[in-house]
Amino acid sequence: MIEIEGLSKTYGDTPAVDGLSFTVRPGVVTGFLGPNGAGKSTTMRIVLGLDHPTSGRVRIDGQPYERLTDPLRHVGALLDAKAVHGGRSAFHHLLCLAQSNGVPRSRVHEVLDLVGLGSVARKRSKGFSLGMSQRLGIAAAMLGDPSILMFDEPVNGLDPEGIHWIRNLMRDLAGQGRTVFVSSHLMSEMALTADHLVVIGQGRLLADTSMSDFITQHSRSYVRLRSPEYQRLSDVLAAGGITAVPGSDGSFEVDDGDPVRLGQLMADHRLVLHELSRQQASLEEAFMRLTAGAVEYHAHPAGADEPAPAAAWGADWRPRKES
Amino acid sequence: MTTPYQQPQSAPVPPQTPPQAPPMPPQSAHPQQMPPQAQMPQPKMPQPTPPPPGANPSQPYAAVGAYTSPIPVRRTHFGDALASEWTKIKSVRSTIWTLSVMVALVVGIGLLVSATTSDKDYVTAPPTLPGFVGTLLGQLCLVTLGVLVISSEYGTGMIRTTFTACPQRARVLTAKALVFFTLSFVTTTAALALVAFASTGMHSGPDVMEPSGKQWLGATVGAALYMSLLGLLSLAVGSMLRHSAGAIATMLGVVLLPSILPPFLMMSDGLFDLGETMQKYSSPQSLASLFQVSDDLGNGMAQLGLVAGVTGAALIAAYSLLEKRDV
Repeated sequence: MIEIEGLSKTYGDTPAVDGLSFTVRPGVVTGFLGPNGAGKSTTMRIVLGLDHPTSGRVRIDGQPYERLTDPLRHVGALLDAKAVHGGRSAFHHLLCLAQSNGVPRSRVHEVLDLVGLGSVARKRSKGFSLGMSQRLGIAAAMLGDPSILMFDEPVNGLDPEGIHWIRNLMRDLAGQGRTVFVSSHLMSEMALTADHLVVIGQGRLLADTSMSDFITQHSRSYVRLRSPEYQRLSDVLAAGGITAVPGSDGSFEVDDGDPVRLGQLMADHRLVLHELSRQQASLEEAFMRLTAGAVEYHAHPAGADEPAPAAAWGADWRPRKES
Repeated sequence: MTTPYQQPQSAPVPPQTPPQAPPMPPQSAHPQQMPPQAQMPQPKMPQPTPPPPGANPSQPYAAVGAYTSPIPVRRTHFGDALASEWTKIKSVRSTIWTLSVMVALVVGIGLLVSATTSDKDYVTAPPTLPGFVGTLLGQLCLVTLGVLVISSEYGTGMIRTTFTACPQRARVLTAKALVFFTLSFVTTTAALALVAFASTGMHSGPDVMEPSGKQWLGATVGAALYMSLLGLLSLAVGSMLRHSAGAIATMLGVVLLPSILPPFLMMSDGLFDLGETMQKYSSPQSLASLFQVSDDLGNGMAQLGLVAGVTGAALIAAYSLLEKRDV
């Protein structure tokens, strides 16, 4: 279990993490979601004792990380797959980690086989592809057979088979009763893996909820209607007292519509339909709506309706306070 | 309610209403990771996976027993950190290269000097002297290795993995310092002893000076200690600067400037004493003193003491910075 209480981290004047509190429980996959720059990696680094928080505290199974004498037996983490010395072989990389935590040497071979790197164990990791590096990172995380696992964007750069493998691995690990904490900026990925969601934006907690609650709360369901007789469809819907919004591709969308009733209505008017389907707004859209106010780096599409804020460059300049 | 992003069978959340027909249009199904065409050539991966045992989707916080590892747990100690650092230092090429070059320089130049000198060169100087020339170049190899032992971890990001595995950062630095120092000291002593033995064997005429015990000690253990301490100082500097090139450049300055500056300092009357002291403690003269090349140079203990003191201070600074800074 990971308990995070009132965690803040400030770099200069910029808060990276701002009063974050939540608990990551065992037995489920907890997704840690936020746009780029939301403070996910910073939070994970603080949990691992790599960065010192400005305030707040983190408990791993009740203790601060720095107190753990054999941390790999408690927490396995994959923060950055490339954080290995490229000149060292996969075997020696894992061996030096195992030795520092009193993990038996035989376990190194076990985890290498587990991640499928057994055949390249003696190769220097410099030549590894990103996928192989990710697997090596996961081998390192699994080395101490820990009860808590943390993965920072584990599917980045993986091929479909690798993504599938990681997804199943995480679910299996949670199924064994371990705490699995995985960050991502892709809601779609989390929808497939996570049972619980922690959403942050600009270092602040936006949601701490179960996946099913998030889906019920944040997804919009509607019925899509499409007909070759566009105008008549519009009239019939209006006459039936049904509020319909024109869709982007010549269809109509009826929020929370009842397909049975709508189908009956169309049949009564003998209107030819090419589509009558129940739709669900994507979780990705729900996630983007939730974090819209908290995205640090916005892209502005060319020709977008809303121009970027018209403040001149440097308008917000203030002399730095002398300290 | 299934969503376009969920595969019904592997969805973590159960359908809260009966499955609906028609099925969802697949066009928006997580295009980021799983483009349909990319899935095609992998028929061996069955897409819908059964939920794993224990992950009861209808109860996200189902009472699953906390995981306990079958591997026996024992408290780790400093010996584990030493074993880890020993594996690290011997499994990278930079160690092999720098130490081989150092040994090649010390032994090669030493034997060459010994072979090209005659017995009458060793009437006033001990025959253990030939090792001296090699140490001047060999010390730079230990400086490089000392820096790389720690700064390569910062350069590659390995340091984050290291400190995750061992959050007692002081333990890591101590283990690194001890392993590096022992390895350099043993290798250098062996190389210098080889040169000293070979040279005294090659020059053993009646006029040749018989090296005293102190001269033996200075030419082997003393010089090796001096060089290894310089390496240890480099390790401390590498830990503070966290950058290989920066730390090596700094150490080259520390080693070379005291032997380059004194002639310029001595030009001015006011700085003459400073120049003289600097020259006395410069690395070539320190090593020459340790080899006891001539009587007026002393036995090199003052120089050894200075480099030990500076190294100690640098290590203390490195320890305090290590605990304070983010990785």
